Amino acid sequence: MLQFLIRRLTGAVVIMFLIGAFTFFLFYTVPQDFAALSCGKNCSPENLAVIRENLGLDKPLPTQFWEFMSGIVAGRDFPQGHCSAPCLGVSFESGEFVWDSIIDRFPLTLSLTVGGLVIFLILGLGSGLLAAWKRGTVVDKIVSGASIVLSSFQIYLLGPIVLGLLVYSTGIMEFPKYYNFTEEPGAWFLGMLIPWVVMATIFTAQYTRMSRSTMIEQLQEEHVRTARAKGMRQSYVFFRYAWRGSLIPIVTILGMDLSALLSGAVVTEFTFDLAGIGRLAVDSSLTKDLPVTMGVMLFGAFFILLLNILVDLAYAYIDPRVRLS
Amino acid sequence: MTSPTKAEDSGSAAVLDPELTATTDVVKGEKQPEGRSPGQLMWQRFKRDRTGVVSACVVIFFFVVAALAPVISKLYGKDPYTLYAQEPDYPFLLDDFAMPSGDFGGISGDFWFGVEPKLGRDVFTMLLYGMRTSLYMAVLVTLLSVITGVIIGMIGGYFGGRVDYWIGRVTDFFLGFPQQLFFIAFMPVVTAMFVDPQDETPTYLRAVAIIMVMWFLGWMGLARLVRSSVLSLRDREFVEAAKVSGAPPGRIVRKEILPNIVTPILVQATYILPSTILTIAFLSFIGVGFVEPTPDWGRMFKVGTEVYEQDPMFLLFPGAALVIFVLAFNLLGDSVRDAFDPKTGR
Repeated sequence: MLQFLIRRLTGAVVIMFLIGAFTFFLFYTVPQDFAALSCGKNCSPENLAVIRENLGLDKPLPTQFWEFMSGIVAGRDFPQGHCSAPCLGVSFESGEFVWDSIIDRFPLTLSLTVGGLVIFLILGLGSGLLAAWKRGTVVDKIVSGASIVLSSFQIYLLGPIVLGLLVYSTGIMEFPKYYNFTEEPGAWFLGMLIPWVVMATIFTAQYTRMSRSTMIEQLQEEHVRTARAKGMRQSYVFFRYAWRGSLIPIVTILGMDLSALLSGAVVTEFTFDLAGIGRLAVDSSLTKDLPVTMGVMLFGAFFILLLNILVDLAYAYIDPRVRLS
Repeated sequence: MTSPTKAEDSGSAAVLDPELTATTDVVKGEKQPEGRSPGQLMWQRFKRDRTGVVSACVVIFFFVVAALAPVISKLYGKDPYTLYAQEPDYPFLLDDFAMPSGDFGGISGDFWFGVEPKLGRDVFTMLLYGMRTSLYMAVLVTLLSVITGVIIGMIGGYFGGRVDYWIGRVTDFFLGFPQQLFFIAFMPVVTAMFVDPQDETPTYLRAVAIIMVMWFLGWMGLARLVRSSVLSLRDREFVEAAKVSGAPPGRIVRKEILPNIVTPILVQATYILPSTILTIAFLSFIGVGFVEPTPDWGRMFKVGTEVYEQDPMFLLFPGAALVIFVLAFNLLGDSVRDAFDPKTGR
């Protein structure tokens, strides 16, 4: 277990380093003067030189790379002050530390992804199980039909419709807004409810289809049939035998969907006008604020790698044949 | 021919599944002693699947409409760029709040799908041209990704050993990228490679940038799939027989291995295409894809969400078109998969 964690974390660090290096060199080898970009239209050569020095752009590229990378581990000093350990540099635009602005936005994105994940796993797997249990009946037909239609919807279509129904026309709920979870949990929950539901609906539909079909596949397996033939209770066979087996492919797909989940959160942020990591990424990318863009990229990659390790741990828990070493 | 498993597999599966037994009976009943190629068998099964045929028709309809967009808009007499609210022919198109003054988003005989709020452009032609851009680009990205994925997967699977190892590592590395964040981050960088950031980026360069960025991260899934299929085929008897009879690697790959992996590639492609369209729409929706005044599907959703409170009708037609298209494509993908591989009974 510990060995597995260490190995996976080392692997994650290597991948993070490679992604960082790749992104860095691709960004900074583009024939483009970032100092001129943040200096504006009427830029005097002196101003340009000062900006270049402040941004650290006057040094050769490998030095810049080394400073960036060592900054993540050990922190860096900037004219603005000391930037402590996971230092991702300073924004060209605002002059703030990138790490601070990411951490500032992160709770929202984290609430979105985790809340959405919990909702769609419960609803999706639940309704998939129900459809497989009642295979061929009206319940199955309704669930399957609804899921195939809903999975073709998009967050940016469903969002306005839900807003129109619950906020604009009836006023049952407030327009989604992020409240601090630790300070106002109730308001936080109500404020995130619409985004969660909208985001989760699309994923729920996909996971319903998937869990239904893997469940049906599992129910036709020989060991499941044998268990039934031995006279075991239907529900016991269903949950102990078939469901456990069907979780394995689902967890695999979940591991691959993590990045889609993050992008779902980005779309949700834009649909409901919330300011999270996604908006930070887009804004910085449009203003070509490269340190911020890079920081968000690395942070997102880290987030996904971390969740991937968690998924692999879940694997070992579900399927005893999988050893973690 | 070179696919012995197909016949065996469908035979054994048929015994387990009553539906399939019926299928094989019909096939046998037609008394055609000469063998049929897997392609013919697939076509037979596909034709019988009504959902599949209907969704195929819908998908083809979308492609035809998109291809004929200039013709249709010429017949219809409007284009997606003109601000009709400023034309003297249509004096009261928008009200004082710059919203369509007619009912239902300004739908009328002149504007079939209504008028765009604020600018007063024609929604029908905007949608036509928007779909056209999205579909063309998605087809191109899918083709490029499929070709790249097949070539890389084949090289890895066929040569094996060290080549395979390194290709595998590179594939893993690119799979580790947070894909959508990468698209967001690299769109400006790629456009900056072509144009000076102070200048306006021409539309075709934006399209090229989107295609490049999506191609760059679009091939890995397929490469993995092809690699594992090739790996399992490489040691089969018919490949060895070809090798023994002195066929060069190029011929073995083309004549022996490729025909056997066409099925999973095609099935995969039917999943890649709609997701590419959605990704392009995603990029324009968040504002890093196409910008004004290029008519684009994704950008219509952006406008639609912004004005939904005042003019919900604007979102109706682009939204309905997208849902129908994606739905039809998903159903088509399922049908194609079922037709190719009847074992996965749903």
